[in-house]
Amino acid sequence: MLMTSGPWVWIAAMLTLAIYSFLYKDNPFYKIAEYIFVGISAGYWAIFLWWNYAYPNLFEPLAKGNYLNIIPIGLGLMMFTQLFRRTAWLVRFPLTFVLGVSLGLQIVAAVEGDMVPQLRGTFSPFSRGVLFGTADFWTSIGYIVLLVGVLSTLIYFFFSKEHKGFLGAGARIGIYFLMIAFGASFGYTVMARISLLFGRLHFLFSDWLHVIK
Amino acid sequence: MRLQIPLTIILVMGIFTLVTSFIPAKPIADVNQMFRNWYIGIITFFIFLGTFNLARSNAEKIKKQGRDWQYSIILLAFLGIMLFFGFYRGRASTEEGQPFMYLYFNVQFPLESTMYSLLAFFVTSASFRAFRARNKEALCLLLAAVVIMLGRVPVGTAIWKGFPTVTEWIMNYPNAAAKRGIRLGIDLGLISMALRMILGIERSYMQ
Repeated sequence: MLMTSGPWVWIAAMLTLAIYSFLYKDNPFYKIAEYIFVGISAGYWAIFLWWNYAYPNLFEPLAKGNYLNIIPIGLGLMMFTQLFRRTAWLVRFPLTFVLGVSLGLQIVAAVEGDMVPQLRGTFSPFSRGVLFGTADFWTSIGYIVLLVGVLSTLIYFFFSKEHKGFLGAGARIGIYFLMIAFGASFGYTVMARISLLFGRLHFLFSDWLHVIK
Repeated sequence: MRLQIPLTIILVMGIFTLVTSFIPAKPIADVNQMFRNWYIGIITFFIFLGTFNLARSNAEKIKKQGRDWQYSIILLAFLGIMLFFGFYRGRASTEEGQPFMYLYFNVQFPLESTMYSLLAFFVTSASFRAFRARNKEALCLLLAAVVIMLGRVPVGTAIWKGFPTVTEWIMNYPNAAAKRGIRLGIDLGLISMALRMILGIERSYMQ
């Protein structure tokens, strides 16, 4: 593994401690680590995108004789025109090209890749004799909870009619489902952060200090 | 020209991509793929522009000796180092064992995970202050969060063996139900907004 080399472990350990020093208060060590992080991240993503997306999709085909690629490269370079006030409006050309393609793709992705599978997953257990048949008791209850939850959450977000009577009751149930989901997301996020914290502490005590074997 | 051409571009590209995504026939599918490649290539320029702006604003800060300008030197230095090591051996610069990847694994990766782990302290203190079962809805949120947290750690299993099972059930059914409802709402909103933008009804992004 790369982290076993001595000086690099020391660098990583010092930067980790510099970040944690923020728990005491904002200080120059934290600021140095923060600015290093921003600089390194910006450089990393620029290089990553260049070698993995811009170069193989635009510049490599151009070098091989696909001169049509001058168009997207020109559109990409037009992005920089917004740095000057007089030419800033030219950014609309690459922007609308990107938006047009992206929106067209997203409509297809939303319907085909998201809505249809989600609805199929919600309703299909009711049409295949799974309920209280092949599925066990708690899974069957789960499918019913899933259906009620999806419908009541959708009712909660349905604002075209006042939430009274049936809609009001549905929206109330929807709120409880939303609260459970927010609580679950919160719990999940806390555990993910704590797991990262343990990861860093393990690095400090194992890879750096060798206290933990 | 400043308005009509961009509106035409978004209309043509939006409808073309939408319609041709359902046509697998060779020449049309090839054109669709070509536009997709162009799209992927062009969006990277947004990041390049962002990186350029970051460098420019920090260079200006150094020039004007604004607040904390000394740190901007560090930022520019590391940005420059990363760009240099990312390009100096061409595409091979990003292979494992190269300085670029050493910097990623030993500087960026620890900094990133430490930054995120720092949130563990703030999330814990925020939840200590905010978690109050003032009403039934808040009680639901509190219980779900506590059960999920206990279901994910060994101490939870030590208290009651059923915590992981209940956690799984909450994640798979009530949590998934609400998330599914939210996603379906987002999808419907996305489709209506996308159509508004493609048809030129929504133009606020051009301002």
